[in-house]
Amino acid sequence: MSTMDGNLRELYQEVIFDHNRQPRNFHEMPEADHQADGHNPLCGDQLTVFLRIEDGRIADASFVGHGCAISTASASLMTEAIKGKPVDEVEALFRDFHAMLTDTPPDRDFGKLAVLGGVREFPARVKCATLAWHTLHNALIGEHDPARTE
Amino acid sequence: MNAQSSAARAALAPLRLEVAGDFPILSRTVHGRRLVYLDNGATTQKPETVIEAERTFYRESNANIHRGVHWLSQHATDLYEAGRKTVQRFINAAKAEEVVFTRGTTEAINLVAQSWGRAQLKAGDEILITTMEHHSNIVPWQLLCEQTGAVLKVAPINDAGELELDAFAALLGERTRLVAITHVSNALGTVNPLAGLIEQAHAVGATVLVDGAQAVAHQAVDVQALGCDFYAFSGHKLYGPTGIGALYGRHALLAAMPPWQGGGDMIRTVSFERSTYADVPQRFEAGTPNIAGVVGLAAAIDYVSGIGMASIAVHEHALLEHATATLNGIPGLRLIGTAANKAGILSFMVDGIHPHDLGTILDAEGVAIRAGHHCAMPLMTRFGIPGTARASLGVYNDEADIAALAEAIEKAQHMFGTRQTR
Repeated sequence: MSTMDGNLRELYQEVIFDHNRQPRNFHEMPEADHQADGHNPLCGDQLTVFLRIEDGRIADASFVGHGCAISTASASLMTEAIKGKPVDEVEALFRDFHAMLTDTPPDRDFGKLAVLGGVREFPARVKCATLAWHTLHNALIGEHDPARTE
Repeated sequence: MNAQSSAARAALAPLRLEVAGDFPILSRTVHGRRLVYLDNGATTQKPETVIEAERTFYRESNANIHRGVHWLSQHATDLYEAGRKTVQRFINAAKAEEVVFTRGTTEAINLVAQSWGRAQLKAGDEILITTMEHHSNIVPWQLLCEQTGAVLKVAPINDAGELELDAFAALLGERTRLVAITHVSNALGTVNPLAGLIEQAHAVGATVLVDGAQAVAHQAVDVQALGCDFYAFSGHKLYGPTGIGALYGRHALLAAMPPWQGGGDMIRTVSFERSTYADVPQRFEAGTPNIAGVVGLAAAIDYVSGIGMASIAVHEHALLEHATATLNGIPGLRLIGTAANKAGILSFMVDGIHPHDLGTILDAEGVAIRAGHHCAMPLMTRFGIPGTARASLGVYNDEADIAALAEAIEKAQHMFGTRQTR
């Protein structure tokens, strides 16, 4: 098996296919108190992230939109990972997640998000995996312009 | 290469021209696999003769042109102007002076927009383009419209990706000053029926610019037979270097056009009160041009002319038919762009697999394609899709490349669990 075959298998793990086929928390949220749009016009990926925040915690998170398997699975896994977490912890997770894909992977347990670590070997796809997170960040800080990662 | 024998060979075995050996890069591997290069619509690979021509220029002939009294400068000038004559013959322009060297198609179109367009157009005038244009044949006209108050009109296409001829005719009128249209669609492969369209445009007094970026490498182009007023193309999609291209313009039009960029080489006299400008084409070639690029472009034209544009067209048409049948045999694959008259471009969608995922998986197999909107966002909007995967053919491609493409697509379907049996 070539290195590339190995890298490809790392990138497209079964968890990614699962979340691409059946994205979790994939719905609008009329009761959301925070939301933001993300759009990568060059690849056409587009999503909206919805949040409900109670007492400084993410009480609920969801998203809608369309994109490649990496961006859809990343958004789906993200909503699962942040539910119930304090907002400041979520922001720290975003920084660590970003570092995992682009820089020195921080020494922490990423849980299911670790499956996205394979994106490191595909620099052209980092923008797919991080779009949902940048959109989440914009939702948290109340940014109205759509997030972009390209 | 003997053109006659290669033409005969193309007729016998049109799926392969046996020229891959002329291209050094095609012997390299990618991810440990043979490189299957199917991204010729983005740029083509370069034959050894083109690489060698640039190298030899810098080793033996390099000097600035049109200014030195020394021998080497005259020699470089001769090579540069010989390149202009090579382009003239290649597109059958009436005069070498009708060929202006530019950085590529994009710069050629911008030159026409900013020189001809700003001098000629006024508020209420109309520019007619089509839905299938590349951004480089949309945005320069939008800029011109902002500057002059002219209005951009867009002729629609049908579901096969063909221009709606009745709608095109209906959009032509006395306000139409310019028709800017692609010869071959970069995203769909559609070949537009230019001769008839140009005749109609001229009948209402409109000037016609043709974007030839995707056409010149795939079929013989005769600007006089087409009857167009401007024709733009790039060297790098014609097996030549990047950063060099040409604008053909009818002499009477070019001669009446004001300069676009100011600088050296484009003037006759300069004083602080007033400068006068050089004749065409130098008037539009301010600054030291890409001299080595012109030498490389001329070598590229010699290369394709050696194979014969007719042989290339026969080969690519046969390979396109073969590839179309092969891809249509893959369940879940849908071709976007099914015009009756097509050049070697296959745009497609695969059910359940985003074009970018497909591009990544194909790349791992050594198969280089383009995934995305192909700089034709309005066209993608027309089809209601974010983008496509696109395989585009060149002289070195053959049935083995198409087989590798099909296998890689089927592998992606297996990975995604979307493989269906028919």
